[in-house]
Amino acid sequence: MSAREEILSKLRSKLGHSNASNDGNAALKHIQEHHKNLIPRRGSLDKAQRVDLFVQEATRVNATVVRIQGFEDVPNQVSAYLREHQLPAKIKIAPHDNLKSLDWQQKTSLMVDEGRGQGDDGVSVSVAYGGVAETGTLVMSSGPQTPTSLNFLPLDHIVVLEADNIAGDYEAVWERLRAQSGPGKLPRTVNWITGPSRTADIEQTLLLGAHGPQRLHILIVDPSES
Amino acid sequence: MQPTSPNFKQNAREAIADDPLQAALAKLAVGFPMRRLEAAQRLPEFEDLRDQARDIKNHVLENLDQYLEAYEKKVTDSGGHVHWCRDAKEARETILDICRKAGAKTVTKSKSMISEEIAVNAYLEENGIEPVETDLGEYIIQLRKEPPSHIIAPAIHLSKEQVADTFRNAHIDLAADRDLDEPRSLLEEARAKLREKFLGADVGLTGANMLIAETGTNVLVTNEGNADLTNNLPRVHVVIASIEKIVPTLEDASTILRVLARSATGQDISVYTTFCTGPRRPEDLDGPEEYHVVLLDNGRSEMIGSEFHEMLRCIRCGACLNHCPIYKSVGGHAYGWVYSGPMGAVLIPNLIGMEEAQHLPNASTLCGKCESVCPMRIPLPKMLRKWRERQYKAEMGSATARWALKSWAWLAKRPALYRRVMNAGVALLGQFGGQGRFKSLPLASGWTSKRDLAAPAGDTFISQHHKGARGDQSGALMRKKVH
Repeated sequence: MSAREEILSKLRSKLGHSNASNDGNAALKHIQEHHKNLIPRRGSLDKAQRVDLFVQEATRVNATVVRIQGFEDVPNQVSAYLREHQLPAKIKIAPHDNLKSLDWQQKTSLMVDEGRGQGDDGVSVSVAYGGVAETGTLVMSSGPQTPTSLNFLPLDHIVVLEADNIAGDYEAVWERLRAQSGPGKLPRTVNWITGPSRTADIEQTLLLGAHGPQRLHILIVDPSES
Repeated sequence: MQPTSPNFKQNAREAIADDPLQAALAKLAVGFPMRRLEAAQRLPEFEDLRDQARDIKNHVLENLDQYLEAYEKKVTDSGGHVHWCRDAKEARETILDICRKAGAKTVTKSKSMISEEIAVNAYLEENGIEPVETDLGEYIIQLRKEPPSHIIAPAIHLSKEQVADTFRNAHIDLAADRDLDEPRSLLEEARAKLREKFLGADVGLTGANMLIAETGTNVLVTNEGNADLTNNLPRVHVVIASIEKIVPTLEDASTILRVLARSATGQDISVYTTFCTGPRRPEDLDGPEEYHVVLLDNGRSEMIGSEFHEMLRCIRCGACLNHCPIYKSVGGHAYGWVYSGPMGAVLIPNLIGMEEAQHLPNASTLCGKCESVCPMRIPLPKMLRKWRERQYKAEMGSATARWALKSWAWLAKRPALYRRVMNAGVALLGQFGGQGRFKSLPLASGWTSKRDLAAPAGDTFISQHHKGARGDQSGALMRKKVH
């Protein structure tokens, strides 16, 4: 008997289940219904309050956040960030329509490269799929315009997040993603990112920048912001 | 690894004399419980979420056969491969086979308790493949050839000076007189060393905090980001996970994630929670070309429906370790195998046998703190007692202890006699314990050689109750007499 058959038949006999495809498969029914469980109330807010909570929670875990009115403000903000941290004027951007279409040359003197992350990238700029106010969490979804490696290889990660895509809770983001990918499917990688990389493995001392970025900078695009 | 669990008593004695370990445990004993409590207090729904997390896993375990099949189908649909393995040996061979087919020389690894359980690192090395642990703590203990001493903080037993020595011995290409005094410089050295490994690895081997049946996804939770560089950069991603890691849906995974980090580190959520589904898609710019899941039983199916069934709800957060008076005294290595603390004392006998691990279920005060903080509400003390019962039935343990238990049981079943004997014993001890405490006592030297034994003050509870003495008065009386 194969390992698969042996494990499954042992489980079936212990659980009193007759065979593989019995009617009323409790698992498939539960999956199809995918009920929401208890969702903490803290995220149930109107849009403006949701954005405020997101900023508060992301800041609590050492991310920095700036609110801007439109994508056209991104190049200046990136430029200012590099100056503030005295970083080389060189960035790697995700090949995302909303970043590629920006007038980087006109507005900044940065060297702008685009593509997936490489080992020598210092600063990356990418676009979030969404945010979760509950814990100040960014949701990144892999795809041709959003390579995952940009989220982890550079020491500085700048993420552009549209305020409209900030949900109250994780479940709301899953609903959106499920509607887009189709039932039972997901992109190759979905990353929830909550603050910059950290470790406390040496004498329980908290240090930022273990393997992922040491700094996480979030630009929230909110046209209603004035 | 060869378990040293049979030497628990000796291991514990050594641990108590280990100064860096004791300093680390003292820090852990304050920090972790405090941070967990703060996180729980920040979320009013925390206790209700624990109930739901428990119910989700109960439902999964009742239908585990169906969930495993549903999960397998989704992995296959998304282009991945599932390899079912009965035991550690099959799992090791399967992983080696995948690595060989990929022509792998180097395998990066992100922390996985199951990979420790099957001792895959030693096996890969024997077969000419270099496994590299990438979690900072795991990297340090890999260099030192030690098992983890805590589920989520594997190198917690070491001082920064010990880590510095380890790095000096391992990184011989670097200047011998470099400054490694501060944790920051140690981290930066490890980051640079491991970055080369990440970029050069052929296979990335990760564990899974959960497997989601709805989508065929594995969930990875880290704070460092090492699991992400491990699964994203190499050409092949291999996941090693045991069968009870299944959760039904994305919603169910989210509920469990809400209690996981809060219980583990006291964070609301860990920095990186990653959901991997299949290999990269044709239009993707990065990600692995192959995706394999090594699905391991290794004793779990045997636990289904047994007295230890509920142990299969465990999500490996480490809260029971952080709150356990025994763990906080002796640390993880004393337990002698991969797991430790209350969850280890219940799980290890299931996996390596009751004979080998017989001391572990007895290394507990049964204070109940572990169950009170377990996010999955696993009745750990009840299961520790089950092991003790089994040991008694199997005639294990010292003859004296067995005789004492048997006599006590005989007496306890005869309430009138029990009270008479207790009253006489208490009166006798009370008479001789004039100072309120004994410095030494025949038959009790195991206790009195280390500390005084308080003498009974007054009658037994039952006789006071019969006399109509009320709690306040007699309580005050007792305290006065003892101190």
